[in-house]
Amino acid sequence: MRKIIVFLFVLPLLGAAQNNSGEIHGDFDLSLQTYKEDKSIGALPVDEIMLNNAYLNILYTKGNFTVGVRYESYLNALKDFDPRYNGNGIPYRFAQYNKDGLDITAGSFYEQFGSGLILRSYEEKTLGIDNAMDGVRLRYRPLKGVNLKTFIGKERKFFEYSKGIVRGADAEININDALNLDLNTKTIIGGSVVSRFQNSTNPNFNIPENVAAFAGRMNIISGGLNWYSEYAYKINDPIGSLTENNYASGNAITSNLTYSQRGIGISLEAHRVDNMVFRADRDAVGKDLLLNYIPAISKQHAYTLISLYPYATQPSGEAGFQVDIFYKIKKGNWLGGKYGTKIDVNFSRINALNGGPSYLSDDIKHEPMLVSLKGEELYYKDFNIEINRKINKKVRVAAVLAKQSYNKDVVQQQTGYGIIESDIAVLEVIYKIKKGHSIRVELQKLKTEQDDGDWSMGLAEYTISPHWFFSVQDLYNWGNKNLDKQLHYFNANIGFIKGANRFTIGYGKKREGIFCVGGVCKTVPSSNGLTLSISSSF
Amino acid sequence: MQKQILTLLVVLLATIFSFSQDVRKLPNIEVKTLKGDAFNISELDNDGKPIVISFWATWCKPCKKELNNISEVYEDWQEETGVKLVAVSIDDSRSMSKVAPYINSSDWEYEVYLDPNADLKRAMGVSTVPHTFLLNGKKEIVWQHRGYFEGDEQELYEKIIELVK
Repeated sequence: MRKIIVFLFVLPLLGAAQNNSGEIHGDFDLSLQTYKEDKSIGALPVDEIMLNNAYLNILYTKGNFTVGVRYESYLNALKDFDPRYNGNGIPYRFAQYNKDGLDITAGSFYEQFGSGLILRSYEEKTLGIDNAMDGVRLRYRPLKGVNLKTFIGKERKFFEYSKGIVRGADAEININDALNLDLNTKTIIGGSVVSRFQNSTNPNFNIPENVAAFAGRMNIISGGLNWYSEYAYKINDPIGSLTENNYASGNAITSNLTYSQRGIGISLEAHRVDNMVFRADRDAVGKDLLLNYIPAISKQHAYTLISLYPYATQPSGEAGFQVDIFYKIKKGNWLGGKYGTKIDVNFSRINALNGGPSYLSDDIKHEPMLVSLKGEELYYKDFNIEINRKINKKVRVAAVLAKQSYNKDVVQQQTGYGIIESDIAVLEVIYKIKKGHSIRVELQKLKTEQDDGDWSMGLAEYTISPHWFFSVQDLYNWGNKNLDKQLHYFNANIGFIKGANRFTIGYGKKREGIFCVGGVCKTVPSSNGLTLSISSSF
Repeated sequence: MQKQILTLLVVLLATIFSFSQDVRKLPNIEVKTLKGDAFNISELDNDGKPIVISFWATWCKPCKKELNNISEVYEDWQEETGVKLVAVSIDDSRSMSKVAPYINSSDWEYEVYLDPNADLKRAMGVSTVPHTFLLNGKKEIVWQHRGYFEGDEQELYEKIIELVK
């Protein structure tokens, strides 16, 4: 059966080759790493000596018609990835056509309703997340400003699909377009529903087989102002082992308001989440078969030590808010310098719900307080300032100061660590030596009394545009109270880039820790070895 | 089964390489404008002059370096070649709302679109950001580049100049 499917998808591609019409493109990624034992950092060897992940995406398009396949190979999967990614296969294949406003997809697809509170199927390869749907999706625009989407499918889980069937529909109306209004203020409203069907054979409990979630949203845009709000509700969905009285319903609300004009931008954001874990299989655990996406309401940092303690959303219950100010000091004065200076300020705070999330309560009518910031258990707090300044034609400088509080017990589901308070400073300098040649240096320091104590990091990178880079870095846990754990994590990398092809080779030690993208995290084990990565687009 | 798949893939790859001369156009994919409107990327237009499409994100340092560096010379580039730069943000719902404040505070003059669930990113074979495409006056993709190092905009500019000569 699978063979037939593969042939069906590949045939048009071959046909295309013969009559030389349509077009083919795609991309390829390969990551290979060797693992050797390193007792000092707790790195374990692997029996295979080396592990390998590879992907090849191929898309064929002709007119309104597209087919695509992705071949995935895990022989065996890198240790950073879930070992259930195992072997080779074509888990992703689709055919799609788009005519007169009707867009039909059969096979694999990714979809998001609104901001994703009740549905987001997506891929984030670096995290090993791929919850593509397998089924049928229709998108239709009956008239200007009205967008309808509907689908039915099963959700991907490694090389398998969920037991539950997922159905959904979404409508979005751009009121100005739909009613032909010529106003300065634009209003867009939307609503969606997602429902999961899964058999229940539990002899003791009457478990709902059809579980629905609803969401409504509104976006008002006027001049430099943009206000987006969305509310979601999930009917009761007893999950897991039923040891907790988890028959509560779930809800979430998110709202953000931004204002910007030339030179300044402000963003205010808040969300409140209560019992909003929603999966394509009620018995799934961990990150398996999640249907929705509730992003972390904190800044996603790019420098290593500022993201040493990254936050991950607690969809079972949390409330938080975040403020961002982006400001550019004009050039020509002392503060702004010759080229202007950019300052980004960010503050976020996330805490537990007052009274605890609904699913932990015996009382089915229990409702945590809507807004409560004082006295609740702190989950995460981050205050940071980033300054970017071009000093002259040769030198650019960036500096970041941050103060973070991180509830390790909650975020990493451990006990006894408490809240880790840290202060972080980063300095980055880029110096242009001559045309095409630059050197970049990063110095970072994290200070904390708790957990593993103080860290420092140094990085030096030499680049020869447009083809080469050479970098060395050392991460050093010099403040660890356990003297045996005052370790160095040294890494060296060389890369060659030409057009859309990129080759990098590196050697060094990786620290055990949490790696996050978009507020979704995975734990990665420590390792010591050689890495090779090749990526290419065509 | 696995062998057959492999064989097919090899055939496909061979096919692709024999294709390398083919023109490649923009896909028929919708993105969003900062004003919340849907926009089909295949309708991008620059009156027969080159277009640069750069995939970036507010959390991506090298992306912001690339676009800030180009921003300093963008006026000159436009005057000399008529090129238009289109910055496609792949920020998802975590940071999408910060795109407009960030670009406004940065004084970017680019055309900016949002691709929050990576539909366009996937359709154009982008796996990491930054990833930059150059389109000729007929809106055919003629060059692409992954990553950004200080000074890379020079290579891009030379490619743009070649197109308008």
